[in-house]
Amino acid sequence: MNWSDTLIQLQYDLGAPQELSWLVEGITFFVGAFVLANAALVLALLLIWITRKVVSRIQDRIGPNRLGPFGLFQTVADAVKLLSKEDIKPTTADTPSYLLAPVLSVMGVLMALAVLPIGAGLIGTDLNIGVLYLVALGSLGIMAALMAGWGSNNKYALLAGFRVVAQLLSYEIPMVLAMLAPVLLIGTMSMQGLVQAQSFFLGPVNLGVGWFVFLLPGAFLIYFIAALAEAEQTPFDLLEAESELIAGFHIEYSGMKFAMFFLAQFLNSFFLGAIAVTLFLGGWQGPFAGQIPLLGPIYFLAKTFLVYVVIQWIKGTFPRVRIDQMMGFAWKVLVPLVLALILAQMVILKLPLPLWINYLLVLAANLAVVATVLNIMGNYFQSEQIRSKRAFEPKSLIGTMQPVQSSSGD
Amino acid sequence: MVPLSWYLIVAAFVFCCGLYAVLGRRNAIAVLMGIELMLNAANINLVAFWRYGVAPMQNLDGQIFALFVIAVAAAEVAVGLALVISVYRNRRTVNLDDLNLLKG
Amino acid sequence: MPELPFPLPSVQQVIFVLIAGLMILGALTVVLARNLFHSALGLVAAFFGAAGLYLVAEAEFIGVSQVLVYVGAISTLITFAIMLTRGMMFGATSPRNRQSGTAAMITLLAFVVLWALVSTIPWPQAGEAIGDGEAIIAGLGRAFVNEYVVPFQLLAMLLLVALAGAIVLARDRK
Repeated sequence: MNWSDTLIQLQYDLGAPQELSWLVEGITFFVGAFVLANAALVLALLLIWITRKVVSRIQDRIGPNRLGPFGLFQTVADAVKLLSKEDIKPTTADTPSYLLAPVLSVMGVLMALAVLPIGAGLIGTDLNIGVLYLVALGSLGIMAALMAGWGSNNKYALLAGFRVVAQLLSYEIPMVLAMLAPVLLIGTMSMQGLVQAQSFFLGPVNLGVGWFVFLLPGAFLIYFIAALAEAEQTPFDLLEAESELIAGFHIEYSGMKFAMFFLAQFLNSFFLGAIAVTLFLGGWQGPFAGQIPLLGPIYFLAKTFLVYVVIQWIKGTFPRVRIDQMMGFAWKVLVPLVLALILAQMVILKLPLPLWINYLLVLAANLAVVATVLNIMGNYFQSEQIRSKRAFEPKSLIGTMQPVQSSSGD
Repeated sequence: MVPLSWYLIVAAFVFCCGLYAVLGRRNAIAVLMGIELMLNAANINLVAFWRYGVAPMQNLDGQIFALFVIAVAAAEVAVGLALVISVYRNRRTVNLDDLNLLKG
Repeated sequence: MPELPFPLPSVQQVIFVLIAGLMILGALTVVLARNLFHSALGLVAAFFGAAGLYLVAEAEFIGVSQVLVYVGAISTLITFAIMLTRGMMFGATSPRNRQSGTAAMITLLAFVVLWALVSTIPWPQAGEAIGDGEAIIAGLGRAFVNEYVVPFQLLAMLLLVALAGAIVLARDRK
């Protein structure tokens, strides 16, 4: 039973005439969209609180703890502060693009809610092209960044806009190709279909642990790295790079318009986590989710919040990469690897072997990809460690404003 | 249901906008935008004729052709804009009236 | 209830008119805006309008591909090109060239001819009902690897060549 069917039935039971069916459906979808969008806005407050708490614990601080239980209402106070700020518009700004950009960025993020399956019958609309729809929404964020960068009429904003667009476009390719792996395995792009395919039957009981991450860990890893870049999170948060680009393309925005970009960024990382959960971590599936429908949303939200906390954990611990390293990683490592992975998966699945051997071979290919990515990342961090050690040596001249001899450093 | 003629009139209008941009705009990028508008108008017609044709579930040719047009448009824009940037770098202009080096 | 002089529009028709209005406004902005960046924004609106029209025509796959390719890739490329050549945007006298008057006449004539052509032919008022959208996507996939396999592969070649060619053309040789 779908939530929309239930709501439509309820309206007919309350005495809505049959000939006004379009009005009844319209009311139903309006109610659904209204509830989801407002829930997302409240969710953002919670997400910001989680980020602050996790990062402060990593940095050996307590974090916000004054307002409300565990400092939960601190973000509400901050939102009120942002709302009451003066709304500044630069006089030379390009008005239409300057005003449209924050709206577009929030819209692109919120539209993802329409296809996220929260529970067995709890999905806005189960499009048969759900995955493609999610991919297409990413282009709204790109347009928003470009419009904000151009509309602000500020060279830092424009530069940051260029950088963000380059980053989003480059990482969209490995992300989309990694999302293709489960889609090609099952042969459907419907989000509910993908979740249903991840059940695991032990006799008649659905344990709901047949997650694709166990079969496709390589695709999951590549998706996760690319999603970090798409969500503009550390180690790929070059957009924010306070020391280089001040605050990125939204430097000229103040008050509520700035808050909208902020909101879009937090919600985007949460939704990318939710997509990871849906495609690779079983969605709302879990032990006994079939018997007790209430468990579905609980499993879904628990998994998504867990992924979100992992993203914040990475934010607290990883250093930021340089832009050339970031682009090189996308084009020289992720794209070839994920292309090879998709090709290997499709060839292996067509081999005339028993199905379980096919699956074992797919798993082996994925593990090889995981090993390669981890190896490359390990090498990179090792070389960075050596570099930073050298920089902090007592005789190092880096950062002392004295001329560094070309021979002494190496 | 929407009558087919509505689609055709919208497509005709958008096509004519594109035509005017190609013939009457000065900037090379604006001309490219006009070409994109014309391709989009053709695509609307293709999809509309698919939808109102015989047995749309079996005859998918209209949709397939629209997908081909989308892909070819992507290739065309990539090469076209590369040409525009190349011209801008050499001549410091993308004004089509000024690019008359081959004029006799 | 009094008799209306025209039949009440259905919900689909109202949605169609709204989306078509967006598209027409976008197309007019492309043509008439003096600021080239505003033209690009109008182009994005026109692309969204076209995607909406595809959705009204129940061609969801094309609609979403349209947003993905046109809004995600093509408008981004065009915006980049506008910004890279932005010396052209300011101080320019007129966005129109010398033959714009003739062009406007030709365009108007073309629109009138097309309108006349469309209104003389009795087009169908409604298409056949479409059932399962999933079957259409499966049919598209099968067509691409069966009867359209050669054009499909040629298209892949074309995209590769265009990619390489664009890089070669736009590269700074210094």
